Amino acid sequence: MVKKEVTKNMHRIEGKTGQWEVIVGLEVHAQIVSQSKLFSGASTRFSRNPNTQVALVDVAFPGMLPVLNEECIRQGVKTGLGLQGSIQKRSVFDRKNYFYPDLPQGYQISQFFFPLVLGGHLDVSVGKKEVYSRRVNLERIHLEQDAGKSVHDLFPHKSAVDLNRSGIALMEIVTKPDMRSAEEAMAFVRSLRILLRHLGTCDANMEEGSMRADVNVSVRKEGAPLGTRVELKNINSIKFIGQAIEAESQRQVEALEDGQNIAQNTCMFNPKTGDITVMRAKEDEVDYRYFPDPDIPPVEIDDSFINAVKEEMPELPNAMVARFCKDYALERYEAEILSEDKDVSRFFEQAILALKVQKEGAAREMALWIIGEVFARMSEGVSITGIALTPERLAQLVALVLNGIVSRAIGKSILDKIWQSNTNPEEIVKSEGLEQISDEETLRAWVKEIEQQHPKEVAAYRDGKVKLQGFFVGQMMKKSGGKANPQVVNAIIKEVIG
Amino acid sequence: MMLYKYTYSELRAGYEAKDFTVKEVLASYIQKIEENQNLNGYITLCLEQALQEAKKADENFAAGQPRKLEGMPIAVKDNFCMKGLRTTAASKMLENFIPHYNSSVIDRILNEGVIVLGKANMDEFAMGSSNETSYFGSVLNPWGNDKAIAPGGSSGGSAAIVAAGSSVAALGTDTGGSVRQPASFCGITGMRPTYGLCSRYGIVAFASSLDQAGPMTRDVADNALLLSVMAGHDPKDMTTLTEEIPDYSAILKNPISLKGKSFAYIEECLSASDEAVQRNMQNVFALLRERGAIVDPISLKLQKYAISAYVLISACEASSNLARYDGVRYTHRSQNADKLSNLYNESRSEGFGAEVKRRLCIGTYALSASEYEEFYLRVQKLRRLIYNDFMSVFAKYDLILTPTSPSEPFVLGEIQSPCAMYAQDHMTVMNALVGLPGLSIPSGLGAQGLPLGLQIIGNFLSESDIYALAHVLEKEIAFQSWLKK
Repeated sequence: MVKKEVTKNMHRIEGKTGQWEVIVGLEVHAQIVSQSKLFSGASTRFSRNPNTQVALVDVAFPGMLPVLNEECIRQGVKTGLGLQGSIQKRSVFDRKNYFYPDLPQGYQISQFFFPLVLGGHLDVSVGKKEVYSRRVNLERIHLEQDAGKSVHDLFPHKSAVDLNRSGIALMEIVTKPDMRSAEEAMAFVRSLRILLRHLGTCDANMEEGSMRADVNVSVRKEGAPLGTRVELKNINSIKFIGQAIEAESQRQVEALEDGQNIAQNTCMFNPKTGDITVMRAKEDEVDYRYFPDPDIPPVEIDDSFINAVKEEMPELPNAMVARFCKDYALERYEAEILSEDKDVSRFFEQAILALKVQKEGAAREMALWIIGEVFARMSEGVSITGIALTPERLAQLVALVLNGIVSRAIGKSILDKIWQSNTNPEEIVKSEGLEQISDEETLRAWVKEIEQQHPKEVAAYRDGKVKLQGFFVGQMMKKSGGKANPQVVNAIIKEVIG
Repeated sequence: MMLYKYTYSELRAGYEAKDFTVKEVLASYIQKIEENQNLNGYITLCLEQALQEAKKADENFAAGQPRKLEGMPIAVKDNFCMKGLRTTAASKMLENFIPHYNSSVIDRILNEGVIVLGKANMDEFAMGSSNETSYFGSVLNPWGNDKAIAPGGSSGGSAAIVAAGSSVAALGTDTGGSVRQPASFCGITGMRPTYGLCSRYGIVAFASSLDQAGPMTRDVADNALLLSVMAGHDPKDMTTLTEEIPDYSAILKNPISLKGKSFAYIEECLSASDEAVQRNMQNVFALLRERGAIVDPISLKLQKYAISAYVLISACEASSNLARYDGVRYTHRSQNADKLSNLYNESRSEGFGAEVKRRLCIGTYALSASEYEEFYLRVQKLRRLIYNDFMSVFAKYDLILTPTSPSEPFVLGEIQSPCAMYAQDHMTVMNALVGLPGLSIPSGLGAQGLPLGLQIIGNFLSESDIYALAHVLEKEIAFQSWLKK
């Protein structure tokens, strides 16, 4: 488990006047996985044909009324539980009123006054070599409708509106200003993405727009009160979130050191140029005239509803990492890689279950085979559920290696052979005679032959050039067609030549 | 035969006895609609389709399989969406809007065999109490004869049509009195049911927490029958109730005894009414007491805030509900817009009438972040307090009686001040604010010989009790309708 306390937080911007601390808060918009939209029966499936996934209420025809999709509430509750938040038994949908062509109702239905989830937190491990933990506390999670899309580049003098996305359920996950660097913010989004995917509540494909973030950035001198924040809207990749925070915090430090004030603006970050442009100033802020939506009664949920969601909660990624480290003696980063994707962790544990070898390090051997060999053979864009190889076959192969039947090198070549066909590796070993040679008499005889053939190297080795061990092993592999057991070979080389 | 004079129960008896056909009744109505054209009750007619439906209805009677409302000619307020039929809400904004869907209430009554004659005139987006805000012009109250008397509003077209024999029944909607006040003005029967009894799906929204569909008919029996069909849970409207709907007509078969029944009247409502109205109410009370009922005065102190509360809350909701009419999709679109913000401004400036704009301004202001607590939240608290007051009355009394309107119907154009017009809803907004049902029945004539109405307010889902009392009173009062006069 990640340690609860922050052990490292060294990120500072070096300014002319001293060191500055960066303060970051995020509002993550995550599209909820559901069959139909938050308040209509229209499908949420992505479609390239504009205005084909649209119900009458999504176009705001006169007299149309929203009907709450309970599945979205369930998903929101699941996310809230996964983030250790407090599920509110009574929450209310409000209208956020503003005009925009891709907002047909003239209001977005959101939860302003009484959100579905209050509080919560996510422990995030930050850093590559020196890893530390950062707890990011949450303000709230509320549900709301996504807007449609305005397309400005389709016609020369007209804008087009696509309402396929209009009304799809979003969760807005609002953090406290708890992150202290671009790296921490990126790590948070990465961890959140993994969590949401494990929960199955959001695809979190930032490229497809199913997860986006508004980033709030301010800077301050150590110990000073919070500075004025600037909001960077609608950033759709983890990399850009990092770049935006770097650029904005740098800009703020320079401005402050030049004696300027920071204005509480809402800005756009252009990832192509790195430019930050002001969308609107605080005094121009829209008055959204929030009020409870009279078409939707308050959402009342009871303990039995919450408990039913609890029943179907999967193991959370942080807990899984800790368990993998403990039960399978994995390094932390290995555990993280294997738990990042729910399907990978399932593949790993199925393979472990099928691996009938009771040897120390057996589970880690399996982990390394997956991380090193299986991943390397997967082509881009293919998930682990899309490959021919089954966890059971991989387990058979790893067992052959662990039991010394074949060497690792031969094992890898067998993996190549069974990759497409998922053939039983034991049959390949038999039919191709690939069993490892561990018989000491045979091997000793071969070492003696090599000793005869390479007097110069033998002399040098005996003079202390121990590196030549590898040369002799290589000769042995050549002689045995790669089948000599390397451990036994090493021992015999030392015994005969050394 | 002047078939247009009959109530539906009378028509039904005639259909079943083969005295006349649905087609003949339709012909009679078509002629009457022609004669009544000057009343301006209809915005859009669909008589050809009606004649085809009549043929089907006659077949159903011939086959001995008539549905509950088979062959009932009906007018529909022009804020109920009907598939293929223009639905304007009496606004230029929706002048050319033809829905491709039916409102749920329309589906329910069509399934039981009603024949829609056309769409009835109304105040624009149901905002008004005189039908004068309609983009399609005012409606005349048939009682006016040579004088231009207001039919009430906003369901003024529906009320005038039923009173004048242009349809046997009509659908209205009631937000703060829009079924009951015009019913009273035109001497017919109009019900605002418990909030959530009828689906709002497919009704052009004015104020969502207040809007309710209601039947407007020539007598209590028709009203009860029509509501039985209109009411019921609708999965498309989350605010509809799930309770089983009783057969309101069946209840009327055995008239109730008034002995020991207890009724309350609201002093504040009586004292705010003019003399003729007060006298009329006293007559009703005397009648009830004669039959052994208790009639007591009660005081509802918060009554004086009801109009302000209603105007504010309905304007707040309307300012949001009407945001969808933006010139982008199915609405009026200004030809004078050269950019997006102009498109909104110009289309809305051209498309909405003065009263609608006034309410949108009030609502937009009241919902602004700085005023929200002062207005919206306070009104919501007030609604709760009014609810408490009503509940304490219903702990002691069966039903509450008030005049439907504080005065006789007025002359068109007579009321110019918006606030004076809002005050027309004096008696009808209070129960609307908390969702309680109220029925208006004709109770006599005022000083100028124009109709007065009695309102019966009941507890939630007490429609049966309201109808039962109204049925008895209707017989006793023996009001002479305009058609029978």
